[in-house]
Amino acid sequence: MMQRRDFLRLLGAGGGAVFASGLAGRAMADYGSNKMAGAYDDFYFVQLSDTHWGFKGPANPDAANTLKHAVAAVNALKAQPDFIVFTGDLTHTTDDAQERRRRLAEFRDIVSGLKVKNVRFMPGEHDASLDNGAAYKEMFGETHYAFDHKGVHFIALDNVSDPGARIGEAQLDWLKADLSRQKKDAPIVVLTHRPLFDLAPQWDWATRDGAQAIELLMPYANVTVFYGHIHQEHHHRTEHIAHHSAKSLIFPLPAPGSQSKRAPLPWDPAAPNKGLGFREVEAEVDASRYRITERPVSAG
Amino acid sequence: MKTLWRAVLGVGLSGICLGAALGVGKDAGGEQVIRVTAQRFTFTPNEIVVKKGRPVVLEFSSLDFVHGFNIPSLKLRADLPPGKITRVRFTPDRAGEHPFVCDNFCGEGHEDMHGRIVVKE
Repeated sequence: MMQRRDFLRLLGAGGGAVFASGLAGRAMADYGSNKMAGAYDDFYFVQLSDTHWGFKGPANPDAANTLKHAVAAVNALKAQPDFIVFTGDLTHTTDDAQERRRRLAEFRDIVSGLKVKNVRFMPGEHDASLDNGAAYKEMFGETHYAFDHKGVHFIALDNVSDPGARIGEAQLDWLKADLSRQKKDAPIVVLTHRPLFDLAPQWDWATRDGAQAIELLMPYANVTVFYGHIHQEHHHRTEHIAHHSAKSLIFPLPAPGSQSKRAPLPWDPAAPNKGLGFREVEAEVDASRYRITERPVSAG
Repeated sequence: MKTLWRAVLGVGLSGICLGAALGVGKDAGGEQVIRVTAQRFTFTPNEIVVKKGRPVVLEFSSLDFVHGFNIPSLKLRADLPPGKITRVRFTPDRAGEHPFVCDNFCGEGHEDMHGRIVVKE
């Protein structure tokens, strides 16, 4: 198991900028499998998002290769993550149900090349909104779920299977029940596709009932949200809850609300992967803190 | 909300509105009535000009999908089911521009389905 100090050393050897989410410090002895004082069992996971497999267009003429390059880049990491999560829009949308399944299957085949086999998926609106997640579920299973990893409670929320971007009453009830089993100071990470808060509703960058999810999460002292959808890095807080969006693996989008149209930023032939990337998230369990390292799409 | 707009959302049923695609405006008892067609992936018209201080009725006809109509700056939104007219009412009390968007994901061109309301003195 990689220790935090080793990981930071690795960052110093060639990592990108580090952003600390700065959650309140706390003792690690309260939870998790590592209750021995001083016995760090930090871990890190990789977040990839918005791969849009099947996209064709001038915003990324190399779309048939970008995902494959990302897989190679993750596989080239010196220390492999404990697990990998894809936060939605695995595929680019299509009206053709058969084509949707074909794209999902191709995506699944490509990412099966990841060295790390503990991979978590969730849908984006491009995967799930036109059939309420039917094709996605056939291939990847439930669209919302929870799991624990080394003392951190992870919750995957589906805010895309409803084309109106609702989490929905049933899932909110499930979230409430799941949270009721957690201590108020438990480290909780929420994974989702759309922002849970109103980032730019005039661009449909919101979750219609996201405020209800945030209200349920608010009593918990150590909550961090990682999401996708907006194709760029963005950091925000709703009171003590930190929200971090990831870059995409297809094309970058403009800053939230910065222009009238949310059109992709122009592709740069001199820098074809500009604005794309994935991130490493190191969980410092002892401090309920997450260090984020942004990585480019290149295996070099 | 910074604006002092008074907004009332009204949803009415009166069958399919033929001819709505042109967004013909009319004046019924002082109201500004604007017909808007929603069809993947456009609103027609997508720029709606109204006068300050006069009540506005937007009459939506959706042709192919339960599109959404959302003006976040006015806190107005409605689902637009096909086969009926959906009315959205409000009274603008200051000049300015307000972007609106389809907020029900409707397909590959969903991101292009937006417009703006321009309120003039």
